[in-house]
Amino acid sequence: MPDLLAARSQMGVSLAFHIVFAVIGIAMPVMMVIAERRWQVTGHAIYLDLAKRWAKGTAILFAVGAVSGTVLSFELGLLWPEFMRLAGPVIGMPFSLEGFAFFTEAIFLGVYLYGWGRISSRAHLWAGVAVAVSGAASGIFVVIANAWMNAPAGFALVNGQAVDVDPLAAMGNAAALPQTIHMTLAAYAATGFAVAGIHAFFLLRDPANAFHRRALEIALIVGAPAAVLQPVSGDFAARHVAVHQPLKLAAAEALFHTQSGAPLTLGGWPDLTARQTHFALELPYGLSLLAFHDPDAEVRGLDSAPQDEWPNVPAVHLSFQLMVALGTYLAVVALWVAWLAWRGKDLAHHRWLMRAIALATPFGFVAIEAGWMVTELGRQPWVIYRVLKTSDAVTPMPGLVVPFIAFTLLYCFLGVIVAWLLYRQIVRSPSVAEWRGFYMPEGEVR
Amino acid sequence: MTLATLLAGTIFIALNVYALLGGADFGGGVWELFASGPRRERQRELVAEAIGPVWEANHVWLILAVVLLLTCFPPAFARLGTLLHIPLSLVLIGVVLRGSAFTFWRYGSPGDEEQRHWGTTFAIASLITPLLLGTTVGAIASGALGDAGRAPGFYENYVAPWLTPFTLSVGLFAVVAFAFLAAVYLTLETQERDLREDFRRRALASGAALFLVAGLALLLSGAYAPVVRTALIFAAWAVPLHLLTGAAAIAALWALWSRRWRVARIAAATQVSLILWGWALSQYPYVVPPDLSIGAAAAPAVTLRLVLAAVVLGAVILLPSLYYLFRVFKRSPQSSAISHQ
Ligand code: HDD
Ligand code: HEM
Ligand code: HEM
Repeated sequence: MPDLLAARSQMGVSLAFHIVFAVIGIAMPVMMVIAERRWQVTGHAIYLDLAKRWAKGTAILFAVGAVSGTVLSFELGLLWPEFMRLAGPVIGMPFSLEGFAFFTEAIFLGVYLYGWGRISSRAHLWAGVAVAVSGAASGIFVVIANAWMNAPAGFALVNGQAVDVDPLAAMGNAAALPQTIHMTLAAYAATGFAVAGIHAFFLLRDPANAFHRRALEIALIVGAPAAVLQPVSGDFAARHVAVHQPLKLAAAEALFHTQSGAPLTLGGWPDLTARQTHFALELPYGLSLLAFHDPDAEVRGLDSAPQDEWPNVPAVHLSFQLMVALGTYLAVVALWVAWLAWRGKDLAHHRWLMRAIALATPFGFVAIEAGWMVTELGRQPWVIYRVLKTSDAVTPMPGLVVPFIAFTLLYCFLGVIVAWLLYRQIVRSPSVAEWRGFYMPEGEVR
Repeated sequence: MTLATLLAGTIFIALNVYALLGGADFGGGVWELFASGPRRERQRELVAEAIGPVWEANHVWLILAVVLLLTCFPPAFARLGTLLHIPLSLVLIGVVLRGSAFTFWRYGSPGDEEQRHWGTTFAIASLITPLLLGTTVGAIASGALGDAGRAPGFYENYVAPWLTPFTLSVGLFAVVAFAFLAAVYLTLETQERDLREDFRRRALASGAALFLVAGLALLLSGAYAPVVRTALIFAAWAVPLHLLTGAAAIAALWALWSRRWRVARIAAATQVSLILWGWALSQYPYVVPPDLSIGAAAAPAVTLRLVLAAVVLGAVILLPSLYYLFRVFKRSPQSSAISHQ
């Protein structure tokens, strides 16, 4: 395996692993805080129980998120020293701010997880709020850094050196707003639906179980609005990409030829030699409409650049299709939930809805991974778009396949353990016979 | 003092606090590994209870140092990442195993066989990680990470700089120092007299061992770390620093001997901090000796000013929060096991 490929793979594996835990670290505190607040307001112990059970699972995930994040911050130097040499002064700022956000998060997480009964319940709730806010902030800061790689700003390049550095302008780069909105919503949508899905699964067997009903409700309050907004923010992101990274959009849409009135390509397999996409469904004018809100707008195709500057078209196209398909599914289910709730229906007794939600358990996370593949693979061969090639950023150290394999095995091992520990805990949790039908015998969900 | 020096100092303060807090968490793992005698289970419990609520916060000091380094001194970050790729990767594996094993150990269902394995994994990772971390510090101090002067070749560039008797002695020093700190702190974490005595004995033993290892490192520095060694002997600050360090060391041992736990804690932390600052001063003005100075490695002034503003702002939020965290968990020693469930 060539060293560059090994380094890229190691970075990709580390990030793909970390993002799962980071996303949970952003959204889970919100759910715990809602549950705890409801306990304080209603006095129903069931909410306290829920908050504590969620906290227990989250503690494990947080620890794994923290250590895998540590790996990432070192890997920037271990794998991409030349990238950091150039990028550090310009975009190091959000990384430093992120450091402070982690700090706040870690402090109040300790207070939250270990502070039950030691501090007043008000202070405890506020510790949870601090975790939720700083978790979202750390995600936003690091995505700003990533957005800068897509839309570099705030410096001039002279002889391979960054001069006229303006870190604030770098943070205000064009991609920052669309990406941070889309990513933050993604965290709530994915985690909300994953938690809702697990509880929906139990409700299919036992629709009256008050514990799972409450959990489902809170998870949907966090997940459903975000899932509805996600296609809107995705459209915002796509319109940005159309202007600033036309080749990425061309790869995502498998558009080989520059054309006006470009169709939207659904599915299909891009054939690089024939320069066309087989087995695809084409909606006339669709792409021009989506990307520029104008049916006749010209959309740049892959042929506007030499082929050695193309990203991996099949991978980017398939990832993009996967994300959009899953995003559409989640948005439709979320709207369905809203419709039923608005008409005052009992969600938990709606078997088809519960099936649809249970099916969606992994979808948000898969969409997140796919979306990052679009962003990262679609930027290739550049690590900083049109400034620094990935191949020029990599460390000179040989034999990178060894750390790649070592970290991959480590993460596979950890992933299995975490999954098993959570599974054990989830399976154990529902048998709260005394909760069953206690508060709401047939009950409507409020 | 220049802006860059100020920020280099800030980074070093973060490292210093990491050594005092995160280091002690590693040291706790070492005592988990060497738990023995009739109260071994209670010793283990105490270590876990002391670390539980604070280890993530303690760990972030390292991350803070890293992100500040990559922002303020990118060439130093790039060079360390390149030449110390192997030991740093191993440190990372240690960090991952230690953090996750600790959590699995504490949050799994207690008492079963598998929990034991996690405890052991945590303990072994706590031993090896500081050893490697110390080794990388030794490599920096020995001045072997310069741009010039290395023969081409994998071993010469990526192994030799960090694998010498001197670097290993620094690694050993880190392990012993962290174990010493942990034992001293742990005497304050419990009201049980016997348990306290267990850790008093451990603190005295590791404190004595620390003298030996420090002497060994100093001896080896003659051959392997000439720059640092010369400064440590001839610089104007050298004699006062050695006297202060020696005084702190003796005060720590005396306080342990006479069971003045709080004095012992302050003296031990002072002792370790002074040794770290001795290292920093002896390689000043270089971030990576012998050729990458603070001035040469520094990012443009705009960046440094912004980071400094962020540090000040961050400190305003963080220091009261940290104070709160430690007040909640470290004031009363009668801490119970994880209290939810
Ligand atoms: C729950 C997860 C999720 C869902 C449902 C969607 N996305 Fe997404 N998408 C992400 C999660 C995500 C992400 C993983 O969070 C990315 C990667 C980088 C980023 O900022 O967000 C992303 C990136 C991303 C990009 C690339 C941005 C860039 O490279 O700068 C585009 C164009 C879209 N998305 C568009 C969409 C559209 C049109 C969707 C319609 C349903 C959609 N996304 C649903
Ligand atoms: C957590 C979600 C993310 C995932 C899943 C992800 C995924 C990936 C993948 C698959 C690669 C390899 C791409 C290739 O070389 O073909 C990569 C590379 C890289 N990513 Fe990301 N990424 C994420 C977020 C980020 C963020 C937030 C940053 C920086 C702030 C970042 C920085 C980098 C760098 C520096 C590289 C190496 C250079 C390159 O290949 O372009 N990534 N990432
Ligand atoms: C889009 C991608 C990313 C997002 C959304 C994200 C977000 C987060 C969040 C929310 C946490 C704390 C929650 C937890 O521990 O589970 C976290 C932890 C961490 N992340 Fe990421 N991160 C991303 C990528 C990265 C990258 C590229 C780096 C490398 C610079 C990084 C470095 C860290 C570190 C060092 C921690 C540990 C902090 C601690 O100990 O609490 N993350 N990340």
